[in-house]
Amino acid sequence: MEDIIYIEKEKFHDVALEYRKKGYDFLRSLTGIDWGEDGLGAIYHLENTSTKENIVLKTLTLRREDPHLLSVADIWKGAEFNEREIYDYFGIQFIGHPDMRRLFLREDWVGFPLRKDYDMSLNPLRMSNEETSNDTQFIEVLPDGSVIKHRDLLFDNDEYVINIGPQHPATHGVLRFRVSLEGEIIKKLDVHCGYIHRGIEKMCESLTYPQTLALTDRLDYLGAHQNRHALCMCIEKAMGIEVSERVQYIRTIMDELQRIDSHLLFYSCACMDLGALTAFFYGFRDREKILDIFESTTGGRLIQNYNTIGGVQADIAPDFVSKVKDFIKYLRPTLKEYHDVFTGNVIMQGRTKGVGVLSREDAISFGTTGGTGRASGWACDVRKRHPYAAYDKIQFDEILYTEGDCFARYMVRMKEIEQSLNIIEQLIDNIPEGDIQVKLKPIIKVPEGTYYSAVEGSRGEFGVFLESRGDKHPYRLKFRSTGLPLVSAMNTMCRNAKIADLIAIGATVDYVVPDIDR
Amino acid sequence: MFDFGIITKWIHDWLLSFMPMGLATVIECMLVGIFIILLYLVVAVIMIYMERKVCAAFQCRLGPNRVGPWGTIQLVCDVIKMLTKEIISIRSSDKFLYNLAPFIVILASVMAFSCLPFGRGIEVLDFNVGIFFLMASSSIGVVGVLLAGWGSNNKYSLIGAMRSGAQMISYELSASISLLTIILLTDTMQFSEIVMRQEDTWFIFKGHIPAFIAFVIYLIAGNAEVNRGPFDLPEAESELTAGFHTEYSGMHFGLFYVAEFVNLFIIAGVAATIFLGGWMPLHIAGWENFNAVMDFIPSIVWFFGKTLFVVWLLMWMKWTFPRLRIDQILTLEWKYLIPISMLNLLIMTIVVVFKLHF
Repeated sequence: MEDIIYIEKEKFHDVALEYRKKGYDFLRSLTGIDWGEDGLGAIYHLENTSTKENIVLKTLTLRREDPHLLSVADIWKGAEFNEREIYDYFGIQFIGHPDMRRLFLREDWVGFPLRKDYDMSLNPLRMSNEETSNDTQFIEVLPDGSVIKHRDLLFDNDEYVINIGPQHPATHGVLRFRVSLEGEIIKKLDVHCGYIHRGIEKMCESLTYPQTLALTDRLDYLGAHQNRHALCMCIEKAMGIEVSERVQYIRTIMDELQRIDSHLLFYSCACMDLGALTAFFYGFRDREKILDIFESTTGGRLIQNYNTIGGVQADIAPDFVSKVKDFIKYLRPTLKEYHDVFTGNVIMQGRTKGVGVLSREDAISFGTTGGTGRASGWACDVRKRHPYAAYDKIQFDEILYTEGDCFARYMVRMKEIEQSLNIIEQLIDNIPEGDIQVKLKPIIKVPEGTYYSAVEGSRGEFGVFLESRGDKHPYRLKFRSTGLPLVSAMNTMCRNAKIADLIAIGATVDYVVPDIDR
Repeated sequence: MFDFGIITKWIHDWLLSFMPMGLATVIECMLVGIFIILLYLVVAVIMIYMERKVCAAFQCRLGPNRVGPWGTIQLVCDVIKMLTKEIISIRSSDKFLYNLAPFIVILASVMAFSCLPFGRGIEVLDFNVGIFFLMASSSIGVVGVLLAGWGSNNKYSLIGAMRSGAQMISYELSASISLLTIILLTDTMQFSEIVMRQEDTWFIFKGHIPAFIAFVIYLIAGNAEVNRGPFDLPEAESELTAGFHTEYSGMHFGLFYVAEFVNLFIIAGVAATIFLGGWMPLHIAGWENFNAVMDFIPSIVWFFGKTLFVVWLLMWMKWTFPRLRIDQILTLEWKYLIPISMLNLLIMTIVVVFKLHF
């Protein structure tokens, strides 16, 4: 249960600005909630990146028709997409937001689905195509208290706008960019999300806690294990369950294997996006070995369903330790081969160095955690900031680069593979004996309160916000997406870059679309 | 060494024995036309098969291996599939240009292909400005690519076409200058003459340093001219899905595909002819027995051996390097390759004037 500071909505922008001046420069998570009679509102998790202090702010409005809150998008850039998400889900309009559109759902969607009084029958399955709207709105409040909406155009009519995605080989899934070009140079980029939106957060509200676990693996499928770890941790924290040492070790090892798996796939896809088709196969060949290790213990390769509340599904396979050791022995020299075939290549360096620079300030402001943030010199590793599982018992380096360009982002991930190997090496021989599962009641009920816990996913901080009312269903479950801040920073990174740079930036930022859309 | 000229002369005499000169010429032209088109197809199939196998070897895979021995029938199946596929017409395209484009590309490719001397006495188009004609006809291809991009009425295609316009025309320059370097050494543009003059030594050895520089520049520029990786920007599948031929399907796409591979063969064939002696066996002055052994290998084997070796070099390049960016590709050409090849031309002039070559 966290302490939440309640702030009246009229004062919210000023108070937020004060906190920002005090050093709370990182908006960890922004969650919209419908408290029913008590109003519609938002919860802001803030962190001071220099002192690592955390606070939680809350604001709400009692109006259900046409609710308004003040936007903080000018204070934290990362709020821009999150506020659009809240608008999409709850209909709260943010005053002063530069681009108040729906983010995931169709433009012609009726109602706001995460409100508790939402009527599902309003939105039958539509068989018509969605018209791409070129309009956006900016909401302003006048001194006398009345609100006016300004219509605005996203792109001028004479701009050369092309669609990159949703079906495009380099967007790694169904993400769509609308890009305004001048020759080959990108003038503006607009992100369209929602092509794989499944409403996981809404679904979770009608599922029991053990059932919600199954959906986390489907968010960032390259961080399946870590996502589930985060949710399990959050529920365990709420219920006050202590998992055994053995489980902590197994979870840590699995998280790191998953990270290597994800980074190998990142390497492959980055190579392919930059046109080096051969290196692509190298990464995939070696990733297969991790998947085999996963398979023998968890039964799954991509989606593992391994963590449970209070433990793990099954004990590690008898040959797990030896297989992991063999893999570590195999991968170290292979990484050198990767660098020989791709990293040292002059074309690759020409394509990535100095391209898509994201400054440290922007990285923090957007909240681009993970490799992208660390490439900009922001020490944002959750494993170091808020150690969990077995991470406080081991030694590893947080890889930091300061350039913030594509090459730095690439190198951070390649170096992180080595660090993950180090972490696994420290743990694999000392997995303590113990239970793999805490005995729990058949029906899990989480005590009333709000809880937030985060893990370092494969591409950044993956957080779970849980508000419980003591039921067997969560009242509100929000996943802090690792990918949403990344795509929200794309417009900043891609300005005045070339089309080919967009591909390089997309490849090195390494977003996974189901995690953005949820 | 066997001269195929004997066979052609025999056919010519046999035809003349019962028909007038005019009719015989017409029939011979038709025979040669059929021969060239068949050879074109065979080469395309060989090239595609080779590409698949070479690429598979680089990528730790096996490549096609199910249909026929070592997957050789796979290509035939692919051709049949391609021929039977529907050609989808695009509603808002410029119908005439859209349909014309693949034929221009294939026309340019076939014309350039006919210039190659495949063996002793197998030369289809062989006249005193052969190289000039080859450069001219192969550069018509860019028109087809531009038309394809424009006619498809697709934004990706248009970007691809713009890229290819910038790239192919620029790289034509340094490719031509590097060929000119060798023409300085030979003082002829006729392919058969060029090959004959390499009887003692191939030009890459004869012209030593400048010839070698020209060879490397020609390989780079030639690779860029046929839009192959790392210069495959006009199609750049991870950026523009398929670039200028995004909207083409069925055999229309097939024509682009075939032309791409045969253009690669042409570039390699020209490189082999100009720098590596074409069908001329490896002769070393003074080693009479060695030269005699070399002469036993048929000229056509020499030509295809050298060409496929160069093709293999280019494939190696393609499957290893990442793709360049458009500004980098133009920088490479205008700031590096052209100055270097101009300077190289000057060095070659000095070498020729002062007889510093072998």
